[in-house]
Amino acid sequence: MSRPAIHVESLCKSYRVGERERYFALRDVLMRLVTSPFRRSPQGSSDILWALRDVTFDVQPGEVVGLIGRNGAGKTTLLKILSRITHPTSGFAELHGRVGSLLEVGTGFHPELTGRENMYLSGTILGMSKREIDRKFDEIVAFAEIEKFLDTPLKHFSTGMQMRLAFAVAAHLEPEILFVDEVLAVGDIEFQKKCLGKMQEVSNSGRTIVFVSHQMNQIRRLCGRVLWIDGGRVREQGPTGAVVASYETASLLPGNTTDGRTTCFRKWSIGGEDNVVRDGLREVVFHFQLRLEAPVSQGHFGIAILSDSGSVLAGWGFDNLDIPDGDQEIVLRVPFLPLRPGAYSLTCSIFDRGNNLTGGRLLEQWYALPTLVVDTPPLSHPQDRWAGVFNIPAEIEVESMSRKV
Amino acid sequence: MAASQTPSAAVLQERDLPVVRIDARRGWLALDLAELWAYRELLYFFVWRDIKVRYKQTIIGAAWAILQPVLTMLVFSLFFGRLAKIPSGGLPYPIFYYCALLPWMYFAAAMQAATNVVVEQQRVITKVYFPRVVLPISSVLSGLLDFAISFVVFAAMMVYYHIVPTRAVVWLPAFTLLAILTALGVGLWLSALNALYRDVRYVLPFLVQFWMFASPVAYPSSLVPERWRWFYGLNPMAGVIEGFRWALTGHGDPPGALLAASSAAVGLLVLGGLIYYHAVEGKIADVV
Repeated sequence: MSRPAIHVESLCKSYRVGERERYFALRDVLMRLVTSPFRRSPQGSSDILWALRDVTFDVQPGEVVGLIGRNGAGKTTLLKILSRITHPTSGFAELHGRVGSLLEVGTGFHPELTGRENMYLSGTILGMSKREIDRKFDEIVAFAEIEKFLDTPLKHFSTGMQMRLAFAVAAHLEPEILFVDEVLAVGDIEFQKKCLGKMQEVSNSGRTIVFVSHQMNQIRRLCGRVLWIDGGRVREQGPTGAVVASYETASLLPGNTTDGRTTCFRKWSIGGEDNVVRDGLREVVFHFQLRLEAPVSQGHFGIAILSDSGSVLAGWGFDNLDIPDGDQEIVLRVPFLPLRPGAYSLTCSIFDRGNNLTGGRLLEQWYALPTLVVDTPPLSHPQDRWAGVFNIPAEIEVESMSRKV
Repeated sequence: MAASQTPSAAVLQERDLPVVRIDARRGWLALDLAELWAYRELLYFFVWRDIKVRYKQTIIGAAWAILQPVLTMLVFSLFFGRLAKIPSGGLPYPIFYYCALLPWMYFAAAMQAATNVVVEQQRVITKVYFPRVVLPISSVLSGLLDFAISFVVFAAMMVYYHIVPTRAVVWLPAFTLLAILTALGVGLWLSALNALYRDVRYVLPFLVQFWMFASPVAYPSSLVPERWRWFYGLNPMAGVIEGFRWALTGHGDPPGALLAASSAAVGLLVLGGLIYYHAVEGKIADVV
């Protein structure tokens, strides 16, 4: 194996509890000296919070690694240590190559300065040289789509424009190692797609990227390997599909998310196992378990699959259902479900005596948990993964027209 | 897809890449000159931003850099000069006071800017790495533009009072450097303190005022008894201000003993500041 681009060994970071929020007043320190000069400062006795504990991993050059975990798990702390913003308490890390970090969009922007001036300022702060910015100037401006506003002070920019400019500058950083913290969640959908495309381009150019995101779709699209941080430790690491699946299963367990507030629906699964579609071209069997207080007569069952932007991708409705009370299971068979890999939401509803149009009584509208995960291999070109919604196999043939005459 | 090694990754490997090692151990001085040199463009852009923003925000812009010392000079000339009859060693009062106000106004502004810079730039500090010492250095340097502008007024005053600079004027850059270093030294201490203890900024205006009266701005240092002169010189601004008066007008003797004490004091101030700043530096991102 080649020399890793990032080598992290037994990294630990501790904070004193409250240190992050509290700042002292000199007044207090002086008063303490006056009132009780011989007592140790209270810092020694306060609780220690371990933000990171014994984190060890390697990242090979050219790899794109996703960092996932709940809020407060230590992802950002890890990125901050690797980008040298804060120091580890013990352990060490070695980075081979120029490092760029993108922990926030628009770092160093100043509202009084113009778009052009902010480009240079932010670019320099992120680690670009002036010559590098000069060279990429047109590219950055085109990417941000702000040609007309180059000489307008930033304070007159809309938030979206500021975000576009900020990301455009950051996306043109060219370090060997790049740390990115949840910054793609800005701007409109179109711009997000553009950013993802840019990120993909950057990763294909052989750069090493460590990428934090809560959006599993982004992680699936960009990362080859994932590190799951939980409570300051590496809980699991490995290929994206497997780690993300176990992360989602763990964090979206039906028990802790429905918190008993459902009235009818209890849980759902695919084939009685989990929430993952592994082959979208074969039959997919959904099982919905519900508990009915009273029998449903002439009722309606509806189900819809939604994309992460909330649009309905597929939906089915069934009328004239008679269901006895007690524990029941509805089995829905779909001959194929060729969705692109990613996470989707599932929502189902159940009505008594009619449907939503005929004035039936809505017993429950359930936003199903866990979310539906589609984890299928890309069918042809790897980049097809996020082109559109459907994962439909296709083939092409090239036929020469000239000989046929 | 992304996990596969592309050819360019292999190329990147073969090149000699800089190696960064991150661990808990650190040196004791905040000054890594090689690193500072590598970040010179950032320093330049910080200075450039400070200046741009300042001159965009204030309506009177450059006029402020002139008005402030000129008005102070008038007030001092009237009250300390005409009314209190403070000896000026034969110099016209306006010249006597303006010579002192040039470095003093620069110092006061630069030191205050440096003190606040770490807290003001906390967003950047918590998001990007760069040698933190760049911040106080940049705010000390960006004050130099105001200093240069107020100098123009002095040139006009020299003409008006028919004062011709003597050879002593070649020492002026040295005294200016001393003023810059003093502002930096104090700035390093106070900006680190300010990051840890936010009430430092309330103490600051008082400190500036107090310091002014401890420096020969409103009076000549010759009022201080001879045998206490070296002690008085431990205030680096004493050496700087007397140095300015001597270098610009050629009046009196070069401030030898005073200057030696001041230079030594500046050396210690800056060195101590670098060490303290570095000790706090590691905590800054966790605290601000």
